[in-house]
Amino acid sequence: MQWEVVIGLEIHTQLSTQSKIFSGSAITFGSEPNTQASLVDLGMPGVLPVLNKEAVRMAVKFGLAIDAEIGQHNVFARKNYFYPDLPKGYQISQMELPIVGKGHLDITLEDGTVKRVGITRAHLEEDAGKSLHEDFSGMTGIDLNRAGTPLLEIVSEPDMRSAKEAVAYVKAMHALVRYLDICDGNMAEGSLRCDCNVSVRPVGQAEFGTRCEIKNVNSFRFIEKAINSEVQRQIELIEDGGRVIQQTRLYDPAKDETRAMRSKEEANDYRYFPDPDLLPVIIEDSFLDETRATLPELPPQKRERFQSQFGLSAYDASVLASSREQADYFEQVVSIGGDAKLAANWVMVELGSLLNKQGVEIEQSPVSAEQLGGMLKRITDNTISGKIAKMVFEAMANGEGSADEIIEKQGLKQVTDSGAIESMLDEMLAANAQQVADYRAADEAKRGKMFGFFVGQAMKASKGKANPQQVNELLKRKLEG
Amino acid sequence: MHQMTLAEIARGLAEKKFSSEELTRVLLERIARLDPQVNSFITVTEDLAITQAQAADARRAAGENGALLGAPLAHKDLFCTQGVRTSCASKMLDNFKSPYDATVVAKLAAAGAVTLGKTNMDEFAMGSANESSYYGAVKNPWNLEHVPGGSSGGSAAAVAARLLPAATGTDTGGSIRQPAALTNLTGIKPTYGRVSRWGMIAYASSLDQAGPLARTAEDCALLLQGMAGFDPQDSTSIDEPVPDYSATLNASIKGLRIGIPKEYFGAGLDPRIAQLVHESVKELEKLGAVVKEISLPNLQHGIPAYYVIAPAEASSNLSRFDGVRFGYRCEDPKDLTDLYKRSRAEGFGPEVQRRIMVGAYALSAGYYDAYYLQAQKIRRLIKNDFMNAFAEVDVILGPTTPNPAWKIGAKNADPIAEYLEDFYTITANLAGLPGLSMPAGFVEGLPVGVQLLAPYFQEGRLLNVAHQYQQVTDWHTRAPTGF
Repeated sequence: MQWEVVIGLEIHTQLSTQSKIFSGSAITFGSEPNTQASLVDLGMPGVLPVLNKEAVRMAVKFGLAIDAEIGQHNVFARKNYFYPDLPKGYQISQMELPIVGKGHLDITLEDGTVKRVGITRAHLEEDAGKSLHEDFSGMTGIDLNRAGTPLLEIVSEPDMRSAKEAVAYVKAMHALVRYLDICDGNMAEGSLRCDCNVSVRPVGQAEFGTRCEIKNVNSFRFIEKAINSEVQRQIELIEDGGRVIQQTRLYDPAKDETRAMRSKEEANDYRYFPDPDLLPVIIEDSFLDETRATLPELPPQKRERFQSQFGLSAYDASVLASSREQADYFEQVVSIGGDAKLAANWVMVELGSLLNKQGVEIEQSPVSAEQLGGMLKRITDNTISGKIAKMVFEAMANGEGSADEIIEKQGLKQVTDSGAIESMLDEMLAANAQQVADYRAADEAKRGKMFGFFVGQAMKASKGKANPQQVNELLKRKLEG
Repeated sequence: MHQMTLAEIARGLAEKKFSSEELTRVLLERIARLDPQVNSFITVTEDLAITQAQAADARRAAGENGALLGAPLAHKDLFCTQGVRTSCASKMLDNFKSPYDATVVAKLAAAGAVTLGKTNMDEFAMGSANESSYYGAVKNPWNLEHVPGGSSGGSAAAVAARLLPAATGTDTGGSIRQPAALTNLTGIKPTYGRVSRWGMIAYASSLDQAGPLARTAEDCALLLQGMAGFDPQDSTSIDEPVPDYSATLNASIKGLRIGIPKEYFGAGLDPRIAQLVHESVKELEKLGAVVKEISLPNLQHGIPAYYVIAPAEASSNLSRFDGVRFGYRCEDPKDLTDLYKRSRAEGFGPEVQRRIMVGAYALSAGYYDAYYLQAQKIRRLIKNDFMNAFAEVDVILGPTTPNPAWKIGAKNADPIAEYLEDFYTITANLAGLPGLSMPAGFVEGLPVGVQLLAPYFQEGRLLNVAHQYQQVTDWHTRAPTGF
């Protein structure tokens, strides 16, 4: 039987506010346990929450970026359950009236087609603390530093049809929240976490199959692997005559399998009700307008502009616009170096492989946009050839300074004096008299390949500094001669 | 000295007739000697009181003045007080020393008030008789076999017994007004949002409001002045200027329109109390007030709505008492579930457990719409009734309670009978309105209170009417025998 996979995702993004959502505590990752937990975060008797306006602004920013309706009257609710790292015995979240309503996000698939994924809602809530089971024999430690960190939970429609689509969606979401500067996107530190709702159904069937939710998957690679292994499990289960039970599951990367956490029957009744400690949040039109004015150019607009303004291909534009940092880097290179297509190539190919090799993000690039732009300027004004440029780039990566300094110090300036080139060529041809004779005797078809030999010899003789175009022209003239 | 009101103390201190330390020592001695009869204190903060009194005397010597500078007070034991046990009269918090001060505590301390201690109460403020305290029942100084009312029963009994001039209380369904009525005091529950709830251990967050209990309206004005005001740490606190409550006490009440709801005089009301209410109205008419019969058609829905909303909020508010971070933890828990179950079963008393269960039930899937949402609708209807009434009258007057103080233990077998004692007070909490109870006579030697309700933020009007009434009556000046 042919199976169709149906995936919906819940993404928890940690908002990069200065302080927590309902208290003044700071939120820096990796601090000593319980050093960022105030009376409010500890759930002391008598304490009260006060909403952080910045978290609201960030959520609204997100809502505007995905064309969503903003809940102008939104309500915080208590989700009641007992857990040691949930200090109050309830989590403040949003239930019926979330801050962000229906919206959508366009994602680019591998074949270049664009798919629109529906977003059901996004709501604000507070994160819980952490239970630490290691280091305490027979006991559990509780670290409440994370308790009260603002989260925006983004719930998608079940619009994705493969693990790859799901990953493309998470990547696009990841890029978007970073573009908006509302989340640092650091998945290893848990700033962006993903719950995957997965079901399968026979191709052509209208209703959805029973879904399972894979909790807390925290890397692009694991999202893909977790979904694929869950899909496989469900298909095998059904084909063996079994039935999928609605469950919450966990992905174990070591075994590459998901395993059951709890079933629907065991699910908590969270007894949601509006939090009486917080009044409904009314979002005025003026606040919406103000926030809208702070929206940066977003990936789709940027892609289009890169194509129209710089004449880039759709593919190049989409790669360069995929992260705000990369797009900014590219634009800075263009503004200095001038040639956009050349800049696109260098950023995507040479710089891309350098970053890959060093395993760093573009923000930590050893070659700055100023350096790369400065080097490209020297290519376009014929100071250096593309070949020399690779040497210069390598030297810049090794921290040897700007392109101009390196060219100067290493004497890499291209030779464009045709007299000098001619005498160098004459010398080289004289040293290769036999080859010259062969060339002249050969037919047109063979000459092409043989010509390359002379170019190579010429560049070698000039240590790569001779202007290749001039070498070509002069050499052709001399050989035809 | 112990018979003095706050206002008299303020004058005495200002005129340097005595020092705060002298007064404080007199009252501490009285507490030590007499409180064993009433059981109104959970913790007496003797050292703190002397230190604060000396500091207040020093401030006054340095030229500072202020109505509360050096004034002795006590706080209901649900106001967090730094370094002092804050127990909510529960085994659950018997070992809890608060690491911080409630806003009310901090404001009064800054004004120079002296904290004599923390007063007894119904466990987690759940009750109308002050019998559910882990520290034992509080007794009514007017008759030690009777309850003082609740939940601020300790504050009421202490003030009635002249152990101190005034105390703080909280009122979720009548917990200031009802004990004030049963112990011959004046007590005011301000508009919801008038006094900060920061540091006030929550029972039902949308209903809880702090206020003063004292012997006169004048004293309530002084103490409320020190408690009221916007607090950015409480999102439900309202940023509205606080008027000078003392300044309007002597305003004439000529032409004041008093509404008497016809629904107030039903079968549940002791006819002797009804009689005293009518007499109080006559006194006010003599002062120029005009009386009008009004209707509050949804009055009888108040108690059912309250006993859904308050337990629902409580069930969630009390979840933090789980034996994990502070408070009572059971011995040798087997696992996490055992820790939760036994810590809570052993740490909470029966009335608290009853309300947590009722509340959790009302919020659970499938019942939420039928109970919680229905109750919220009733709440809106009740509020609308009041809005309609206040279009025609300036204050609403009636009995504070349907009965005088009952014998300790008399209603233990029937919680509903105790719930019904809040019939007149509860709707002000549901609507968020200010309400005041003032002494209006006695039935078989037990005090009776009259309740006044006013529109939002009209605490000044309530205090003004009560003060004018107290200028022409002497009920409030009577003290229980033996105190």
